[in-house]
Amino acid sequence: MMETPQAAAATDLAVTPATPSASPWLRFAARRLGQLLASALVLVTASFLIIHLIPGDPVRAALGLNASQELVNTRRAQLGLNDPLWLQYAHYLKDLFTGHFGTSISSGLPVSQVIGQRLPATLELAGYSFVVAVLVSVPIGLILGVLTRNARRRGLELGATTVSVMAGAIPGFVLSSWLIYLFGVTLHWLPVADRSGFTSYILPIAAMALGPIAVLIRILRLEVLAALRADYVRTARAKRLPDWRVYLLHVLPNALTATLTIGGLLLSAMVAGTVLVENVFAWPGLGQTIVQSIVAKDYPVVQGIVLVYGTGVLLVNLIVDVALALLDPRSTIRES
Amino acid sequence: MAASRRPGTLRKAARTPLGIASGILLGLILLLAILAPVLWTSQANALDVVNMQQGPSAKHWLGTNLLGQDLFYQVLVASRLSVGLALGATAIGVSAGLVLGTAPVILGRRVGRFITSVINVAVAFPALLLALFFAVIFGIGAQGALLAIGFASAPAFARLVRTLSASVAGLDYIAAARIAGVSRFRLLTRHVLPNIGEPLIVNATIAAGDALLSFAGLSFLGLGVQAPSYDWGQLLNDGLQHIYTRPAWALGPGVAVVIAGLAFNLFGEALAVGLGNSVPRLGKLRSALAAAAAKSKAVIPQPPSRTAAGDAMLHVRDLRVAFPGGVHPVRGVSFTVHRGEAVGLVGESGSGKSLTALAVSRLLEDPAQVAAAELTLLGQDLRTAGGGAGTGRGRAAGAMPDRELRRFLGTKAGLVFQDPMTSFNPVKRIGPQLAEVAAEHHGLSARQARERAVDRLRAVRIPRPEHRARQFPHELSGGMRQRAMIGMAVMGEPALVIADEPTTALDVTVQRQVLRLLKSIQAAGDMGLLFISHDITVVSQVCDRVLVMYAGKIVETLPADGLADARHPYTRALLAAVPSMETPREEPLAVIPGRPANPADLPVGCAFAARCAFASAKCRAEDPALVADDSGHEVACWHVDQVLAVEPTAAVPTDALIADPESVSAPQIAGETA
Repeated sequence: MMETPQAAAATDLAVTPATPSASPWLRFAARRLGQLLASALVLVTASFLIIHLIPGDPVRAALGLNASQELVNTRRAQLGLNDPLWLQYAHYLKDLFTGHFGTSISSGLPVSQVIGQRLPATLELAGYSFVVAVLVSVPIGLILGVLTRNARRRGLELGATTVSVMAGAIPGFVLSSWLIYLFGVTLHWLPVADRSGFTSYILPIAAMALGPIAVLIRILRLEVLAALRADYVRTARAKRLPDWRVYLLHVLPNALTATLTIGGLLLSAMVAGTVLVENVFAWPGLGQTIVQSIVAKDYPVVQGIVLVYGTGVLLVNLIVDVALALLDPRSTIRES
Repeated sequence: MAASRRPGTLRKAARTPLGIASGILLGLILLLAILAPVLWTSQANALDVVNMQQGPSAKHWLGTNLLGQDLFYQVLVASRLSVGLALGATAIGVSAGLVLGTAPVILGRRVGRFITSVINVAVAFPALLLALFFAVIFGIGAQGALLAIGFASAPAFARLVRTLSASVAGLDYIAAARIAGVSRFRLLTRHVLPNIGEPLIVNATIAAGDALLSFAGLSFLGLGVQAPSYDWGQLLNDGLQHIYTRPAWALGPGVAVVIAGLAFNLFGEALAVGLGNSVPRLGKLRSALAAAAAKSKAVIPQPPSRTAAGDAMLHVRDLRVAFPGGVHPVRGVSFTVHRGEAVGLVGESGSGKSLTALAVSRLLEDPAQVAAAELTLLGQDLRTAGGGAGTGRGRAAGAMPDRELRRFLGTKAGLVFQDPMTSFNPVKRIGPQLAEVAAEHHGLSARQARERAVDRLRAVRIPRPEHRARQFPHELSGGMRQRAMIGMAVMGEPALVIADEPTTALDVTVQRQVLRLLKSIQAAGDMGLLFISHDITVVSQVCDRVLVMYAGKIVETLPADGLADARHPYTRALLAAVPSMETPREEPLAVIPGRPANPADLPVGCAFAARCAFASAKCRAEDPALVADDSGHEVACWHVDQVLAVEPTAAVPTDALIADPESVSAPQIAGETA
């Protein structure tokens, strides 16, 4: 942190060497890419292993006890299950690279087609829910932080914390049932199933977003409080900026960088949360399909959807890391 | 903190109000899980063919299902399966996590690294997704779901165990055991694991709540508990199909899930909070301060000093700062800074000098209360309620509206803070942080403001200012950052620069450069400078006049070139504490005995009396006022004549040093600049 005498002398003589500013970014990109590849490899391997880890014959399990042995044998041969494991793995990787996700055992449709039909609904649900969660929680968290700074308004603080702890403890699918009861059954305001028109989005998104909103508000408030205590906020106030400028331009960016990490975790948890909420609201996304496929032991479909969810999580983590690096340039160097 | 953990802290942690409340709730739920199936299984399973599919009634609180079974009793009885499976899954997760987390220690480097990296990848995936993955492998049903949720939580536990044992492994006694030749396995079981038990328990408690929710989720999806068995998730699944006709059927199990999950989570959080709080709590500190303040009600007001106005720029009279609880860190400070004059404010940490600077620059916020008989800069009264500070009571008639006062202070008063690392916003580039001032107060366009920022960076001798302006604070060295901070302070055309310990965070060689820069900028702009420091030699290098503060009051004001004539015993002690080239190196550094006065517990008389070699009964009874002699040299001491009779360095009785070994750490006055 401190200058060495030599460095100080150098700066005084105005001969500071050009700082290689690209190198931390390159290192960051290389490191992050390595991480992504390693994660993708683990994901693909795990998805490949599904069919080999289940006890018994997956084809027999999928086709049922009444299926003839010939049919089972034919399907096994079709799926390449009689080949040595390493060869199957190699085939699996090759298929993935060429966009072949296999064929559904129960419907005979290509898995990529099943996913293609179902993915948009899930993406919409997760994406909108996250956007809603951020749009709602950031202003509330910032305002609560400002209002409760320096231990002011203890009542408000206690109330907000209690409400957010309670709200954060309600899992999405339980909340869904309550929302359906309140807005669908009792008030008849909103549709409770299917995806058709704007109103049908409201309850699923509310069910998805409420928990993350509660958590984000709580974290953001604490981060805002921490930022308000920081020296640079005192500096900003010493510049006599209007309060709103101090809060929006100096406090919020710092509070957000710390919140972003948690936000990323929440977003990837939302990817998984869609499975439950989709099943409550009969939302035509991947969540319904994966549950049906698990019950039907339609393993190629399960493998494909696991890959999609996993990739979603990896992408979310990547985006969060890049956003963090852009927002807070120190993070590109800090981590190693 | 890990070292200070003793067995029993967990028990103590559970004794907070939240810990007690959530602990009772959790206890009731566990009791229910044990007793409910024993007591009510027959009621829950009894078929009532007359009352099938009934709504809630006095007989059946939540109504009945398709077979006429009582749903309320089913929810109660389901507690065992729901809670039991959650605990089972957590046990699996903890065990698997312990194995995976400690494996790297036992299995050696290569295998260990492989396991660690797989765990790191797995942790990135949400637990529910992992649970679904494992549910496919272990199959549908309670047993499969138990294993699935257990293994899904394993990576997180493995990582936790790894982190915790890594932190414990660094401790001295582990190192000692290692040197003593204790085997790795034994080291793990006898030394590492017992020390990570408490945080592991805390996290397991929270994880059990999550497992409960996950299990309800899997059962709800039809992948967990299967009929005819039932847990809360399965009941909810059944109930949701009848939500239009029998809503209580779905709502009841949902409430049970939320309450049980909350009980686990809150209890875990309470334990976690308790574990983290080995430092004294804020509440305790506050009551101690209040009690101490009650003892010292009588504070003798200091008469306003009679400083001549002349070309006074900053005029402060009877400035007071108070905090709730009767803490008075600044007690009636009066001084004047003239045009082109550099005034130093010196004192130990806690003397109130920084608070004085912040109060003068109107940067103190609630709960600090600021009051002054007079506070003017360039004749402008600064006492308004602007900036959220609580000076409402001191508001004068001719005060400016907030917005104008903001602009006035923003352009006329520049501030330089102590730590340039933390005083710049870490996520904004240097240039815009400077330009902000000009854009806000001078109405400059973004481009003009940027140009002025670069110009100021050049003025403070930052090489390649255009380049530096585009960099982030962390890319500048400490000395350069502080120079940029000075540049920021002179973005307007300030009449006054307030520098609060501007060189304390810098190392000695850089200190000198920054001081020289500050001095030259001040001289060039004919500005007033209020320089706050604990280091009296630094102050005497920069300033024309020195104000010595002790316990919230100015005890002496003297010209910087007249330090040798210091009269107050405290000033003399400060000077004596500065080592010089002639100081014998074998002798201990001189320090001021005793501790600085506590602003929450000030004595009736002179605050320095307890540490003063000259203190008499009068000193302890009556606080001396600041009295000026003919030359304008002011001092607040009853025994000036006595003090003057003694050689300056002898003012510090060295035997007091030896008598009070604690005192060595107390005052900060050890000269950093030789």
